[in-house]
Parts: sequence; C-alpha cells; structure tokens
Amino acid sequence: MMIDLAPFLLSFKLAGLTTVILFVLALPLSWYLSQTQSRAKPVLEALTALPIVLPPSVIGFYILIVLSPNSALGGFFEDLFGVKLVFSFTGLVVASCFYSLPFMVQPLQSGFESLNKHMLEASYLAGKSTLQTLWHVALPNMKPALLTALIITFAHTVGEFGVVLMVGGSIPGETKVASVAIYEMVEVMAYGQAHIYSAIMVLMSFVVLLCVYIFNHKQKKIGIL
Amino acid sequence: MILLDIHKVLHGSQGALHLDVQLEIQKGEFVVIMGESGAGKTTLLRVLAGLEKAEGKIEVEGVHWLSENKMLACQKRNIGFVFQDYALFEHMTVEQNLLFVKEDKNLAERLLELTELSALAKRNVKSLSGGQKQRVSLCRAMMHKPKLLLMDEPLSSLDEKMRSKLQAEIAKLHRLFGTTTIMVSHDADASYALADRIVVLDQGKVIKDGTKDEVLKKEQKMVYSLYI
Repeated sequence: MMIDLAPFLLSFKLAGLTTVILFVLALPLSWYLSQTQSRAKPVLEALTALPIVLPPSVIGFYILIVLSPNSALGGFFEDLFGVKLVFSFTGLVVASCFYSLPFMVQPLQSGFESLNKHMLEASYLAGKSTLQTLWHVALPNMKPALLTALIITFAHTVGEFGVVLMVGGSIPGETKVASVAIYEMVEVMAYGQAHIYSAIMVLMSFVVLLCVYIFNHKQKKIGIL
Repeated sequence: MILLDIHKVLHGSQGALHLDVQLEIQKGEFVVIMGESGAGKTTLLRVLAGLEKAEGKIEVEGVHWLSENKMLACQKRNIGFVFQDYALFEHMTVEQNLLFVKEDKNLAERLLELTELSALAKRNVKSLSGGQKQRVSLCRAMMHKPKLLLMDEPLSSLDEKMRSKLQAEIAKLHRLFGTTTIMVSHDADASYALADRIVVLDQGKVIKDGTKDEVLKKEQKMVYSLYI
C-alpha cells in the first residue's frame, strides 16, 4: 500500500512555521510577563492561556469570522496582498499561532521566572541592554525551558485538528494536514490506512517527547555536577 | 566625591520603613555599612546601583545619577557589584564571565592572577567552590574599572578560611585600583580590617558614622552584641 506523505509534510511545514513565528512573537511577551509587576499581568496571562481551555471549535469559529474576506482584516489582506486567510495555508498558520500561543509563552515565562534575578542585574550593571541580556544571559541559562517551548509548540501544532478543520477545511496539498487526513479515512472506513497514519503520529510524538525528557534529564545532571 | 540624599518607603514584614540616608563619600574611600537585618542596607546599595527607584538625589563626581526628574540607567553608571549569591553567568567559563563585561584580555588575566584564579580560567563557573565563585564575582565587578564598587555581604556565605582569603583580596584590589568602595557587612572583624569609615544604619536612618576606630572600637561591645 502506497502511503501519501503529503499530509505529514504539510503538518510539519505548518508546525515548523508556527514554531518559528511564535518564538519571535512570544519571546518579548513572555519576557514582559516574567518581569512586570503591572496590574495588567493577570489579564494578559488569562488571555494567553485561553486557547488551553476553549474548545477548538470556539477558537476556530472566531478566527473564521475575523479572517473571513467580509471582515476588515480578511478584506484588507485580500485587497492589498491578494491573500485569502480562510481555507488557505496562510490562514492555517495564523490560526495555529493563536491556538498554540500558550504552549510557547508559558514554558518561556516560567523559564525566565526561574532565573536568578541577580544574574540578570549583573548583566545590566555590566552595561548590557535588555536584548543583550535576554540573548546572551537569559536564554542560554534556560535551555530546558527553551527546548520544551519549541518542541511542545511544534508537537501541539502537528496534533491540531478542530481549529485546522474549521479554518482550513480539507484541501489536498493546501490545508489537508495529517490529523484531518486520518479523520477522513475513518469517515470512509479506510481503517487500514488510518491505522498506518495514526501509528506514524503516535511513534513520532513519542520520539519527540522522549528526546525532550532525555535532554532535560541530562541538563539537570550537568547542573548537579 | 559621591553626594547622596535619598528617601524611599520600604514595605517589610514589620510595616513601612522609611529609608532616609544622607552621605558624602570621598573618592577612593572604603565605607562599610552595618546594621541589623531589615535596616535598609541592601536597598541603599541597590538604589546607588540604579537597580531600585528612590526619591532624592545622587551625584557622583559632578554627574547626576538621580535627581528630581531623572534617573540614570544602571547600564550607564559604571558600577561594579558583588552580590551575596555571586550571580555569575553560569553557562560561561571563569574567563568568559570577565570578558562578557569588557573584552580586555590583559585586565582579565591580571585580575585572575591577583586573585590566584589563573589556573581556573577555562573552567565552567558551575564547578567552582563558593569561595572561588565569589572571587570570580569580585574580578568580574572590577573588569570595567568601576567608579564605584558595591558589595552586598560578599563574605557571609563563606567559611572562615575562605573569608579571610577573600578579605585579603578585596583589600589588595582596593589598594591597587583605588576604587571608591561601599560594602554591606555583618562581620565586625572584616569591617574593621577593610574599612576607612563605618556607617551604621538602623530602621532606615544613619545612627553612627565615623572612622572604624570611632565606631567599632569605642562601641565594640555594643556593636558586637548587635551583630554577632
């Protein structure tokens, strides 16, 4: 039986792009959340965590409304760049960034919060800017949190289903990612293929998580030595 | 010369504490600040370093670090700070910790030589003992030849042997570089050995200010009973 790998490749492409974009966006946000004592902090934290508790259909529904060509944002992108934000790969990336935001922000924020505050202050006193301190001092001292944020965001995006289906539909090569492909196979009772796809997903997810745990375990050991 | 006139309200476990300190510190002077826990010693150092806000003014060699409408960023104050918990950059080697402050290999080598750390230059700081870490922290603080060296209880987490070694090294570096130094300490012996002048804080106010002989010898009994 030939296995069509396109849905997997699409899933990886989506997850890779989402991870890179979210890393850039979440870095300043999680840094701000870890350092601020503003009263707005719990509000921002609650907003960031919303995708964890909301049903994917709710997120998908709102994203559809916001990105549709009839909306201001969707209309703007379509008129100016000719980019359709719903039922397209671009739309999937935007939706994934919303959906996976907490999986990037939360590990980074707790990583920043666990750093020795005096170490960051020592960097400022050495004349370094916030950006230099973030890059040269903070991030290298929280590698496990950094890796967790990147891998979990990637893995979570690969595992998306509800939001992807609502915002992207199932266009082969464009929005038909692995999880949607499996859903369709089950619908048409192609259990053999569904088994193979699902087994690949299980194996891949397990290997990725195993790598994260092995790395973090090693980091802790180095820390003790 | 450093002119300092600051006010800050601290909220501690025993209610509000008004930190009100006026000091005039001469260039090259070694000042030790003593006082009970919660007297405001560390906060005073942190305000001087620009790590905490306060009202009032700080003027260092004619430059306003703090005035009514402006606070100079800590990056621009050219301060060396030795933290009680070392606060080293843990992913770096001893040498990298120093060079991160300033790319001056000669000065780094000289400082490591002076503190007998040359053999450890390539070692990761995580693998050092407490005393070694604090000496690296002292060297790092001296890397940009600071106008002002601030030390927050640098000796307190070390054992007796390490304490006297570091104490000797602090004295040596102060003699060589002539840096104006302010050290917070509970240790009366070390304070007596290092200080030109001792300031005692209580409840956020200066209650004693004089030479080490004036403050420690005459009041030795009282001071010892307070701090030891």
